[in-house]
Amino acid sequence: MKKFISVLLAAAMTATMLVGCSAKEAEAPATDSAASTEAAEVEGAAFKIGGCGPTTGGAAVYGLAVQRGAQIAVDEINAAGGINGYQIAYNFADDEHDAEKAVNAYNTLKDWGMQLFMGTVTSGPCVAVVENTNADNMYQITPSGSAVDCIKYPNAFRVCFSDPGQGGKSAQYIGENGIASKVAVIYDSSDVYSTGIYQSFAADAANFGVEIVAAEAFTADNKTDFTIQLQKAKDAGAELVFLPIYYSEAALILSQANSMGFAPMFFGCDGLDGILSVEDFDTTLAEGVMLLTPFAADADDEATKNFVAAYDAAYGETPIQFAADAYDAIYIIKAALEKAGATPEMSASEINDVMKAAMLEITVDGLTGAGMTWTEDGEVNKEPKAVKIVDGAYTAM
Amino acid sequence: MKKKMNLNKSTKSTLITIGMVVVTYIVMMILTQAGALSSLMKGLLVPLCIYAIIAVALNLTVGILGELSLGHAGFMCVGAFSSAFFSICFKETMAAGPRFFLAIVIGALISALFGLLIGIPVLRLQGDYLAIVTLAFGEIIKNIINVLYVGRDANGFHFSTKDFMSLNMEADGKILINGAQGITGTPHDSNFTVGAILLVVTLLIVLNLINSRSGRAIMAIRDNRIAAESVGINITKYKLLAFSISAGLAGLAGVLYAHNLSILQAQPKNFGYNMSIMILVYVVLGGIGNIRGSVIASVILVLLPELMRELNDYRMLIYSIVLIGIMLFNWAPKAKLFREKYSLKRLLKKDN
Repeated sequence: MKKFISVLLAAAMTATMLVGCSAKEAEAPATDSAASTEAAEVEGAAFKIGGCGPTTGGAAVYGLAVQRGAQIAVDEINAAGGINGYQIAYNFADDEHDAEKAVNAYNTLKDWGMQLFMGTVTSGPCVAVVENTNADNMYQITPSGSAVDCIKYPNAFRVCFSDPGQGGKSAQYIGENGIASKVAVIYDSSDVYSTGIYQSFAADAANFGVEIVAAEAFTADNKTDFTIQLQKAKDAGAELVFLPIYYSEAALILSQANSMGFAPMFFGCDGLDGILSVEDFDTTLAEGVMLLTPFAADADDEATKNFVAAYDAAYGETPIQFAADAYDAIYIIKAALEKAGATPEMSASEINDVMKAAMLEITVDGLTGAGMTWTEDGEVNKEPKAVKIVDGAYTAM
Repeated sequence: MKKKMNLNKSTKSTLITIGMVVVTYIVMMILTQAGALSSLMKGLLVPLCIYAIIAVALNLTVGILGELSLGHAGFMCVGAFSSAFFSICFKETMAAGPRFFLAIVIGALISALFGLLIGIPVLRLQGDYLAIVTLAFGEIIKNIINVLYVGRDANGFHFSTKDFMSLNMEADGKILINGAQGITGTPHDSNFTVGAILLVVTLLIVLNLINSRSGRAIMAIRDNRIAAESVGINITKYKLLAFSISAGLAGLAGVLYAHNLSILQAQPKNFGYNMSIMILVYVVLGGIGNIRGSVIASVILVLLPELMRELNDYRMLIYSIVLIGIMLFNWAPKAKLFREKYSLKRLLKKDN
């Protein structure tokens, strides 16, 4: 009886393993079933761009935004004649916001024949995957992986600001513009993004004459009641509360501060983008909130308007900043490929060699910044935009 | 042939289990050399070893000792962080080989120590207390690591549970454990060969334990505690023995995990409650008390979601349906009857 089960299981194991082995041969032809439907439609030689991010699980909202934002850019480019006359084949794999799964997703894309890698969306998986892309000499650009180590190798570039970049820039902005001198910070100590910004903010604050009077943490398991943190900030006499967190918690903080009669200024980073679309949130509470964000969906320039309209038409929602980062990432790849004169016949490694040089020469005007350039460490040079919420809409400061 | 007949049943079974791993290892190595293995499979080889090891470790607790542990991901976490911490401390000063060997020993020992500490009070009790305590342990460990900051500068180590700044390091200080951001830059020492060797070692330890005098005592406790006690078996001692070995082997899996990725973070995804349940699923699917089954079940369940990537958004949905299907096929009474009726062995016998 037991023997039978083990024989059966062993047979099943061999079968699954064989499927795993044969998958490579099956996927060798250019058009294959693993690719998304769009990729399958592409005929002839095409640049194979792979993307990777969480499309399931807790961080799915970011992964889906990146997948869709990039898809819009790919469709636009393909419709306009492609890159150097070649179409783009685009495939996106789920990493479930887990480092181990991200490596699996990356390997799956490699089996598909990926030549350029756009990912990953979240920082932790990105730090793990960059080891693999470096070993494979594969070009990588992350739309939103903001931890410093995400791009520690010469093959990796970034569209967004790094965590230290955001924290330092926030401290600089608050200090240089004389917005406040006594600052309280409320951050999520179990979150990589939040602690990263907080650390660099705290490290730089003193240099710009900003005093941190209270630094209060919460964790992902305990993020519904912020009255204790707010009370401490209030008692410490904070003029401004810095919120390096995501918008859903920030919305709670704003309404709880309001109900306890605490009305400091609030300042946040790109994580706050989206606060105006929180359900059942009184947007008048967000009045006067300042945030550093590279992208505002209601900006009135032509490119943003077109992107938001296309995104809304395709997916029925307003794009968040991650979608804009991904949209830019595809156009950055396009600009660099054109500069380098690359063709789809080149291997991933050959493309990377020419892309590394081309990335330093290009200047890209994107949704998340004008005149973006890159340095050898992979960081982007662009001006942070600070916006203030006035009458329920972002206004440039 | 005659010599084989003389082997007793348990030795034969052990040899089959080990042989299965060795043959799989050889086949995979040949395929890798021949370039016939996809990148995905190559990347999955080490995780397969990791999950097979931890499934075997948990089976020792659940199947042989007869206690329920819901915190094996926590022990894996302890092994992972202790060994990764050791590895980055000695990254520059030691050669990779001995450093990784020591990391393995440290990870397994510290995790076994934690198992012992938890076991001393809890294993004296009767009932399902171990499940509750280990469940809490896993969550506590994860949260402690998420607030732990450790740095090193010329003056030595600095610890803090508040934030990076309160470490008060000199300018040359280097952060080693950075709270929720975990440990980055762990050397990539794990490979399939080490993983396979550790899996074989794990199997040897567990299977030998089961077939030893201590193992029989442990199983006697599982089957009838009062009877075991009445014949003079030291219940607490044997329970502690089995549980700390199980925790130590879970730590071993953690060491492999930590040295397979360059970043180590204690997230709910990898070391949380759900992971502990996932490991329990491997054990239940493979058969409680069936060590070989655990290895096979973990391999199948790790491979399955990766091989179903083509199904895109429906992947996890189908995965769970397949899981329910396999469970029913393996363990539902009707399915068992059906299999007995149409079993391969019976059909072959009929032909004779």
